[in-house]
Amino acid sequence: MAQLVCQNLSLGYEGKTVISELSFEVNSGDYLCIVGENGSGKSTLMKTILRLKKPTLGQVLTGDGLSPDEIGYLPQQTAVQKDFPASVREVVLSGCLNRCGLRPFYNKSEKQLAEHNMEKFGITTLAHRCYRELSGGQQQRVLLARALCATRKILLLDEPASGLDPAVSGEMYELISGLNNEGLTVIMISHDITAAIKYASHILHLGGGSAMFFGEKSEYCKELK
Amino acid sequence: MSVIEKLIEYFQFPMVRYAMIVGVLIALCSSLLGVTLVLKRFSFIGTGLSNVAFGAVAIAAAFKMNNTFLLSLPVTILCAVLLLRTGQNTKIKGDSAIAMISVGALAMGYLIMNLFPSSANLSGDVCSTLFGSVSILTLTTEEVWVSAALSVIVAAVFLLFYHKIFAVTFDEEFSAATGVRAKTYNLILAVVIAVIIVLAMNLVGALLISALVIFPAMSAMRVFKSFKSVTICAVAVSVTCAALGIIISIIAETPVGATIVAADIAGFAIFSCIGFILRKV
Ligand SMILES: Nc1ncnc2c1ncn2[C@@H]1O[C@H](COP(=O)(O)OP(=O)(O)O)[C@@H](O)[C@H]1O
Ligand SMILES: [Mg+2]
Repeated sequence: MAQLVCQNLSLGYEGKTVISELSFEVNSGDYLCIVGENGSGKSTLMKTILRLKKPTLGQVLTGDGLSPDEIGYLPQQTAVQKDFPASVREVVLSGCLNRCGLRPFYNKSEKQLAEHNMEKFGITTLAHRCYRELSGGQQQRVLLARALCATRKILLLDEPASGLDPAVSGEMYELISGLNNEGLTVIMISHDITAAIKYASHILHLGGGSAMFFGEKSEYCKELK
Repeated sequence: MSVIEKLIEYFQFPMVRYAMIVGVLIALCSSLLGVTLVLKRFSFIGTGLSNVAFGAVAIAAAFKMNNTFLLSLPVTILCAVLLLRTGQNTKIKGDSAIAMISVGALAMGYLIMNLFPSSANLSGDVCSTLFGSVSILTLTTEEVWVSAALSVIVAAVFLLFYHKIFAVTFDEEFSAATGVRAKTYNLILAVVIAVIIVLAMNLVGALLISALVIFPAMSAMRVFKSFKSVTICAVAVSVTCAALGIIISIIAETPVGATIVAADIAGFAIFSCIGFILRKV
């Protein structure tokens, strides 16, 4: 079975339907990019996959024994509080919390994982800086490192490059692509179709309350022409 | 008689020593969760709950219960859990629910105190429930022990759940999405907040509790930038201000609660200045 299967999903808020009759599958190792206009329901779909929100109809199934504590998530930027006093290290380490269970403190391997991921994204020197005082690009790296601490199989990213200048968002896409090459399944929301075509293996194009396209990238390119 | 002599004389009494210990413990607990309350916009809930606790204490007094904790603690915990539930759905509904419960509890409490006065000095009773005991010496031995025990439990729970509290305060959605039991930890948070409020009521009274919870956290946030340093600093500020407040209230014979809050305000002013200077340098 595929790692993630969405069957006949209908999503909405208080009676207002945002998406209806949506079905697609994601296999282990895929890089799915979800594109579509603002308000087409991309974030809503991601929250449903993460089980933060219930679908009005249909269901989200997980295969390969994927459980919630094997998922990493990078929320759309607004979600994180603006005036929160937190150091970079504290934020990244909090990604390891789903490995702790009832244990009250982080163990050595979890701390090492956090250090390792900070190094990977070049934010080790920022470890003791305050999260809210970083630039947008640095903040996204911190959140990506946190997401990587949380995941073991699949990474969901909601517009990881929004609000970043082109050079920095390019770096961000490269980092994510690298993670996919290491074997993680990636589901990323983006409104940057060029980047989607460059990096993704599959595309889901949302629009008009449903899927306008779902399939492999090569087919999507054909349809675009 | 010099100030020092007067203090030494006072501290000869075991009750004064106990009150000092309890005051400091309560100040410690209430500051622990200040950051979380402020950042999750739960400050409202703090004010609402303190009014609920006031109503419960009034009822307990009307029934001539010896230990008002027995009623005020469960009622306040229940309300905390309910308010947190409604607050999560939509912000506006949550806010008016808090306002309704808190003002309602205040009015009912005052009404009950009038209908079933537990002592001849009604306005004195009301005043001490709202603003804390006029003197710390009026705390009963039983209250001292219960307060001390609850403070220790609250501090232990905070320590054990420290990382979880950080995670659900910083980003609840991320925690829930990655398989952390965010709802459970929110529930624990609500219970702990309720316990702290009932505790702090003894020291500063229903109306001044929010000050005890919020001022130390706000002071610490002016200067420090990580969750850990802010938490430690808030505890230090709160404990210092409480100890100073209690000593000053003994010497100057001022009401304990208001004196402690005044010390907290002074602390906030000092930290604001330090924060301002640090940013300029
Ligand atoms: N919490 C909410 N309550 C009600 N409607 C919402 C809520 N969040 C989003 N919506 C609506 O759902 C639609 C899809 O939103 P969203 O999933 O955020 O779109 P996208 O991420 O593609 O820009 C929008 O029309 C938006 O107004
Ligand atoms: Mg969105």
